[in-house]
Amino acid sequence: MTDTELRVNKIENGTVIDHITGGQALKVLAILDIDGTAGEVVSIGMNVPSDRLGKKDIVKVEGRELSQSEVDVLSLVASAATINIVRGYKVVEKHRVERPETVRGILGCPNPNCITNAQEPVDSRFDVFEDGVRCRYCETILRDDIAEYIIT
Amino acid sequence: MDADHITSAKQLSRGDIETILDRAGVMADDPAAFADRHEDALLGVMFFEPSTRTKMSFAAAIKRLGGDIVDMGPVEYSSVEKGESLADTVRVVGGYADALVLRHPSEGSARMASEFADVPLINAGDGAGQHPTQTLLDLYTIRENAGLDDLTIGIMGDLKYGRTVHSLAHALTNFDTRQHFISPESLRLPENVRYDLDQRGTTITEHERLDDILPELDVLYVTRIQKERFPDEGEYRAVAGQYRIDADTLADAREDLTVMHPLPRVDEIAHDVDETDHATYFEQAHNGVPVRMALLDVLLGGDR
Repeated sequence: MTDTELRVNKIENGTVIDHITGGQALKVLAILDIDGTAGEVVSIGMNVPSDRLGKKDIVKVEGRELSQSEVDVLSLVASAATINIVRGYKVVEKHRVERPETVRGILGCPNPNCITNAQEPVDSRFDVFEDGVRCRYCETILRDDIAEYIIT
Repeated sequence: MDADHITSAKQLSRGDIETILDRAGVMADDPAAFADRHEDALLGVMFFEPSTRTKMSFAAAIKRLGGDIVDMGPVEYSSVEKGESLADTVRVVGGYADALVLRHPSEGSARMASEFADVPLINAGDGAGQHPTQTLLDLYTIRENAGLDDLTIGIMGDLKYGRTVHSLAHALTNFDTRQHFISPESLRLPENVRYDLDQRGTTITEHERLDDILPELDVLYVTRIQKERFPDEGEYRAVAGQYRIDADTLADAREDLTVMHPLPRVDEIAHDVDETDHATYFEQAHNGVPVRMALLDVLLGGDR
């Protein structure tokens, strides 16, 4: 076990999200709608040294296995993240995030005049392309600081 | 056309455009022949913003096809004033009509509304987004006056917020055109429109001064620069003054230059231009009726 891994406890069952861009762990939790109110055990390491990334964040969620579609949304803020599904202290699945084609209800449109920012019964919806996302409704393109627009 | 709704000019292929313009040409030649084409058809009209041409020409178009309108009327006399959402309004009015026309101040409103509409919905302008039916009548007017292929067009004024500009620029990518955009730095085309034009393989040329390109143009499409886009009136006056044309300005233009404007104009085209052969904007406005007749005919199932 490396020094880095010792900083947070091993989990018995759940998900470890590793190689999150340094400083983005809270955004990752926001996207996954994990705020601790459901009682789950969550461990967070922020800005821990990483050979691959220089520094990285790591999140461990006890008792919850994330689905592929849930983790794909993480690609918006943590494109290098790896997902480890843990059962009985063992990693049983390991995968990388993939960029989804669309994200729904995750990001707020930066255009204040977009209909999704009015009081309408509609979720925001963004199409994802190589270097950004685009509002399905008003077509505004968002490339930088995508994490700033997370609404969950 | 693959879609039931017309929310953006981006949906329109060259084939779709030509189908509508050809049909509009036939309808313009003999509107009386279509007087019972859509007898009893009702067009639900929801305008959340003022309009003269778009609203009246849609009304004229459905009436000339034998149908009629049901009009939500001004927002202040509708349930919108009581806080009813656009989604609910569309669901309700959609039950009264065979097709819907929506103008709304928010970008993306037509796209959202179409998700709640069980009948075809037409975007008649969504904020600074799109205005696809204006584009169809613009294309009809260009085709009649200058032809749509091998065309050099200059589009001038408020390119950032001008929805007619966004729709027209995209639709023109279906044809062999050279597009020149003339505007102050602060009102250049927005990023999303540039992105789409680039994706379509279109190269655009931008100018700050009309005289850089005027002598080469077949069509000059002028749009209004709105006062509210500027921090103060002085700056507005200084900028807007540079994008105003009069008969003298056009002395350097080609003799057969077609000058268009989606209207309303304020003073960006001086009245002395009206008396020249260049002035095509009233003809353009009149073309709204046959073009909207043709579009409604397609959406209401004219082929079936």
